[in-house]
Amino acid sequence: MPIQVLMPALSPTMEKGNLAKWLKKEGETIKSGDVIAEIETDKATMEVEATDEGTLGKILIPEGTADVAVNTPIATILSDGESAADLAKAPAPAAPKQEAAPAAEAKSETKAEAPAAAPAAPAAVAAPDPEIPAGTEMVTQTIREALRDAMAEEMRRDGDVFIMGEEVAEYQGAYKITQGLLQEFGARRVIDTPITEHGFAGVGVGAAMTGLKPIVEFMTFNFAMQAIDQIINSAAKTLYMSGGQMGCSIVFRGPNGAAARVAAQHSQDYAAWYSQIPGLKVIAPYSAADYKGLLKAAIRDPNPVIFLENEVLYGHSGEVPVGDFVVPIGKARVARSGKDVTIVSWAMGMSYALKAADELAKEGIEAEVVDLRTIRPMDTETIIASVKKTGRAVTVEEGWQQSGVGAEVAARIMEHAFDYLDAPVARVSGKDVPMPYAANLEKLALPSVAEVVAAAKAVAYR
Amino acid sequence: MAAAPKKSVAKEAGQDTASSSAGSPPEFTKEQELKALREMLLIRRFEEKAGQLYGMGAIGGFCHLYIGQEAVVVGMQMALKQGDQVITGYRDHGHMLACGMEANGVMAELTGRRGGYSKGKGGSMHMFSMEKNFYGGHGIVGAQVSLGTGLAFANRYRGNDFVSVAYFGDGAANQGQVYESFNMAELWKLPVIYVIENNRYAMGTSVSRASAQQDFSKRGASFNIPGKQVDGMDVRAVKAAADEAVAWCRAGKGPFILEMQTYRYRGHSMSDPAKYRTREEVEKVRHDQDPIEQVRNRLLKAGVSEQDLKAVDAEVREIVNASADFAQHDPEPDVSELYTDIYR
Repeated sequence: MPIQVLMPALSPTMEKGNLAKWLKKEGETIKSGDVIAEIETDKATMEVEATDEGTLGKILIPEGTADVAVNTPIATILSDGESAADLAKAPAPAAPKQEAAPAAEAKSETKAEAPAAAPAAPAAVAAPDPEIPAGTEMVTQTIREALRDAMAEEMRRDGDVFIMGEEVAEYQGAYKITQGLLQEFGARRVIDTPITEHGFAGVGVGAAMTGLKPIVEFMTFNFAMQAIDQIINSAAKTLYMSGGQMGCSIVFRGPNGAAARVAAQHSQDYAAWYSQIPGLKVIAPYSAADYKGLLKAAIRDPNPVIFLENEVLYGHSGEVPVGDFVVPIGKARVARSGKDVTIVSWAMGMSYALKAADELAKEGIEAEVVDLRTIRPMDTETIIASVKKTGRAVTVEEGWQQSGVGAEVAARIMEHAFDYLDAPVARVSGKDVPMPYAANLEKLALPSVAEVVAAAKAVAYR
Repeated sequence: MAAAPKKSVAKEAGQDTASSSAGSPPEFTKEQELKALREMLLIRRFEEKAGQLYGMGAIGGFCHLYIGQEAVVVGMQMALKQGDQVITGYRDHGHMLACGMEANGVMAELTGRRGGYSKGKGGSMHMFSMEKNFYGGHGIVGAQVSLGTGLAFANRYRGNDFVSVAYFGDGAANQGQVYESFNMAELWKLPVIYVIENNRYAMGTSVSRASAQQDFSKRGASFNIPGKQVDGMDVRAVKAAADEAVAWCRAGKGPFILEMQTYRYRGHSMSDPAKYRTREEVEKVRHDQDPIEQVRNRLLKAGVSEQDLKAVDAEVREIVNASADFAQHDPEPDVSELYTDIYR
């Protein structure tokens, strides 16, 4: 029976890609290892190698097709003795999603993860921001592009701003966040470092102490564990220890929290860790506009800022104001209005919160969703105003519950709005386990829309 | 087991390695000798006074004295120019005084008073002066090495010819980030002088018990960073080595390592009884190699009168006594300072 070649997943978070080019024609002989096509992901162009031998029977997805979902059949290969007539025997294109590994493997210089059926990530749908004046010209951008533009704009504006980190320059960013920056700003200001987090974090802080404004990219915040001493002991505390003489204007940024199927050491959420430290500001945006506006604010801020991104969201698009758009640090945003229950979340947690709000609306429960955006300083006022209105609150986070950000939000609600509460605050969070690899267990370890819905109903006694 | 070698520091410095300074260092002029004497005496008297105040309970927490090591920072400083940066660890009082920071401000910081360099909020290990380009004062062993490399990075970024001097001890020399920094500094040719103050003990652990490679000047070898062993008890030797390293860095050739072979007379901190070495060992270094006595003896030999030398000591004592007085009478920080200087 003819073999189907499926659209491969070329990274842990890839959901779709563009079929850039076919390098083999229908009827051509294919040997194992032949490059048959080029696929563009949001990060790179990758070659697809055949793992089966035979003849390219039929191209199912023509070159130039954009947004081809992972696991979609893109071609069929005929084995010896088979002919075009056998093509009919191939399974219908609507093949079962997770059956049979794709008959092709990705090959790239660095990442060659086995094709994985990543759990469908929620789309970043954000309600219009009341802070953006009506009539503002908007552009649809991926969060990846919004981050790059934020850095490029600030680097054009201020010669003291530079970026350093692993693969930020020549490779164009491990997650392609710094694409084009080396070309525009040169190697003096876009600096590839060795793999040496502790060391280059210290170098960045030292440079910042002289008044430069480094952006230090960690390939992921999991690796920043090696640098956490410099972040906390040197960056966060020096202003205080020097009696206000010497500060540190620096941004530490990179993906944080769970991506997809990367297991325990690459899936931790550090929001609660950094949010404990006086002297640091901690930002964890969700919408594309906030990613841009808050990164620009972080770069201009004269203090050390932890800017937590989410790899799953990088490829997601949203409306971003054109021009010099800066979002104030420390201001939450009411992403959706409602009167029955307040859902407080931030970063990736917002995707569960917003979907849950949709579900709840179907059952007649109007949830108000507050996007914290900044974890420290925390906008207690916006949380409390909402809870006073609804009398009920649920927090949603991917991080762990103990000493988590949700625990802090719950404590503040208790302190400032106890008499307004009609039910105890409920917390939805990542489960109290290291992140498992198996797809089903990983799904269980993360919060779900159903859990948020159940928690909201519980506090609403519905 | 204290396996400290009983040989003298100077003898160690004279070891016949390719990297050690050979023969006698260039002579100082009389003015240089007098300057070195005054600077070293200021540090010694200041530290003696700090020790006293600690004993009286006026200084709290940790207090690490620099007594015995004065020639290192004084000799280094004599080779620097305005604009060069200095950063060090927690044994930092001597570095601050050598950078020209006021004794009053340093002592008042030790006593936790509002007139201290950090308004009393930093203490012994955390003082800074933007004006004097002194970048601290760091309490995490080895952290200042990456930070000091960052200061050099900033010089290169700005395209100036300033040099950063990062001091650390034989103990810190075993921290991982030191080597991460060495790698980047040589890779990017950063103008940083790594001054390893080898005082033979990392707290209570002698170099021989903690270090596989005891020649610290070779610690940059695998990164191609040149290094030199220096008699850190002879201020002239320190100055000569510093001149060489500064010239190397200013010329854009990258980092340079100076191992200063020195000795601390006191314990690691005020609470250290120093049982890991013998009284005789300390006495021998004091008697044979004291950095201040070396200069005094040379000056006397050159015809400077005992009277003149006593005048230097008297002037220094007056500064130190005044600082002790200030530090004990200056008010504590206003309680409102608890919540200032967290963000700007």
